[in-house]
Amino acid sequence: VSDPAILDRTRRIVATVFDIPTDLVLPESSPDNLENWDSIQHLNLVIAMEQEFGIQFTPEEMEQMLSVELIAALLEEKLKGCEATHGR
Amino acid sequence: VNKADLKASIDQCLQIGSYAEARALLCELWHKEPTAITAAFVLSRRQCLRESSGLKPMRVRILRSFTVEPVIPIFRAAAAIHGLDLTVDLGGFNTCAQEILEPDSELYASNPDVVFLAMQTRDVAPDLWDGIADLDAAARAASIERVCAWFRNLIRTFRRNSQAHLVVHMLEGPACRSEGILDVQAVESQSTAIRRINQSLRSSAEEHQGVYVLDHEAMVAECGKSQWFDERRWLTARLPFSSQALGYLAAEWLRYVQALSGQLCKVLVTDLDNTLWGGVLGEDGFDGIKIDAEYPGGIYRALQRTLLDLSRRGILLAVSSKNNADDAMRVLNEHPGMLLRPEHFASMRINWNDKAQSLREIAAELNLGIDSLAFLDDNPVERHRVRTELPMVTVLELPEDPAGYAGCLRASPVFERLSVTDEDRLRSSYYVQQRQQRELEQHAGSLEDFYRALDQRIEILPFGQNNRARLAQLTQKTNQFNLTTRRYSEQQLLALAEAPGSSIYGIRAEDRFGDAGIVGLAILKQMDETAEIDTLLLSCRVIGRTIETALLSFLVNEGRAAGARKLQGWFLPTKKNAPAASFYSKHEFTCIEENGSGSLWSLDIECSQVSCPEWISVVRPEGCLAQ
Repeated sequence: VSDPAILDRTRRIVATVFDIPTDLVLPESSPDNLENWDSIQHLNLVIAMEQEFGIQFTPEEMEQMLSVELIAALLEEKLKGCEATHGR
Repeated sequence: VNKADLKASIDQCLQIGSYAEARALLCELWHKEPTAITAAFVLSRRQCLRESSGLKPMRVRILRSFTVEPVIPIFRAAAAIHGLDLTVDLGGFNTCAQEILEPDSELYASNPDVVFLAMQTRDVAPDLWDGIADLDAAARAASIERVCAWFRNLIRTFRRNSQAHLVVHMLEGPACRSEGILDVQAVESQSTAIRRINQSLRSSAEEHQGVYVLDHEAMVAECGKSQWFDERRWLTARLPFSSQALGYLAAEWLRYVQALSGQLCKVLVTDLDNTLWGGVLGEDGFDGIKIDAEYPGGIYRALQRTLLDLSRRGILLAVSSKNNADDAMRVLNEHPGMLLRPEHFASMRINWNDKAQSLREIAAELNLGIDSLAFLDDNPVERHRVRTELPMVTVLELPEDPAGYAGCLRASPVFERLSVTDEDRLRSSYYVQQRQQRELEQHAGSLEDFYRALDQRIEILPFGQNNRARLAQLTQKTNQFNLTTRRYSEQQLLALAEAPGSSIYGIRAEDRFGDAGIVGLAILKQMDETAEIDTLLLSCRVIGRTIETALLSFLVNEGRAAGARKLQGWFLPTKKNAPAASFYSKHEFTCIEENGSGSLWSLDIECSQVSCPEWISVVRPEGCLAQ
């Protein structure tokens, strides 16, 4: 992730959706090391980000979202894509 | 104010314990952006809602054939904002039949208040969803009947096993009709099949108490079919719809839960300037305000139409406006563009006072709890003020563009009703009559002047087929002016009416403001030389207007005409009937007996007279003994 603000924002979203303090959400947090990150919470997280940013994740992208850092990287890429298509 | 700042302010308020302020900001945040993230934020801070306005607990169970988990936090947050603390349990995937049919299932054990049966067409009728092209007419008919019978059986069994309310999702059609434009040409098409099933569902619901249907197709249409469905998510996560559709489902469920919770808004208090009409009356003047069929007046007219619809549903309307009262009343009375007139409002506060104060006065005037008020105002400052000062009032959050006001009001769950009675439809006119009476009372010099000005007429009605349901209801519901509080069913009244020596009379009352309907009842039992008042009651709508004296005068004459020398009756005190306690002593009856349950009073009607107040005219039934 090149933009630290995006990583930070992703961490806050994960913390809000999982209802845990932001400090507990690290770049390397993943379904393997965060207790309540199960498949339903994963879906909740994807939906929360789609609503927040007005984007859509494909099933393939959902499979790549294996850690907070990877999610932030994907988000950064998608937001850039949005800017490009909207000519900003 | 951006979201992050709003969230920070909410947390600051929570830290210092200003729950009402935190709650107000939380409501504003939710209406600004009712998303999954906001929902998680609201739920983790719902303590401030509990502390400031209270939350009513309700238990909901959802029987479903698809993934609803991501909808639940949004549903619960929306409910919390509207005063409900929901516990939501989910049934397993496609296990609704087992849960309903098995009397020991978790469904019944969890003892829910409301159960949603959320099945999709593709799960209960897969052949009609995407295999319809394979089916001939007979196969389609068989399929329709199979689905209808399946639902009928589930609904009947559910009703037998549970007291809970049941809301059944009707079936929806696919995003693209299987047979294209042929669908609408053919008599027995996919759309028709789904419609037939839905009609059958509605009849099944009508057959049982507490069973309701939810128009799934209309909900999808509100979002837009092309926006609603998400096939990839259906195939990967059994979630049939997109992220933007979740809120529509949560909002629809909330409408039902709110209507069933009993936490209903009974009064809508509206502002005037820039709410009921465009512009500010004090600046733009009578001719300058915008209220007509064109733009922008039509926007405000649409809002007035919405208010009128709510009033027909039994919701009272009231005004709270900072305005010059005479100018505002002139618009309400005379402006040709107005749909709403003074006779639509049960209470009005047009002055320069604080609106929180006006709302308190309106609640007191209408004798309703302040928590039954909803407040409509275009000014966000007034809304915030009322939210913090009176957290129990429902403050409607409006969009910035007035063109959205009417839709916003129609979409609000707090005015939803699942049934409307004749009484509901007339409620508004009763309250308006009472307001007009109060105004008259204020202008009348003495009480007698007031009674005279009321121009009251009562009609004594003989008991009969056309009034017995209402008369039985009066004995069951009347608590305040009720001497004996004896409750009778229709059957019992019928038996009494046929018994020798007893007579039942209904009272219809009318005054210059209109017909109040059947508002009283007396039952007289004649034994030898004694006539006994078994029951005498008046609805609280008409107490304190001397109708009771007119009625008693009629009973004295009836008793005397039947040969009685004494009229007597019991007063049986209850927690609520204090208004009737001095009835007999006021009319010069003597107490002749007292026991643990009450007192027996008697009047010698050979020598004493009870005269009917001169300001009430009484119409007696034909064949009535008394003259």
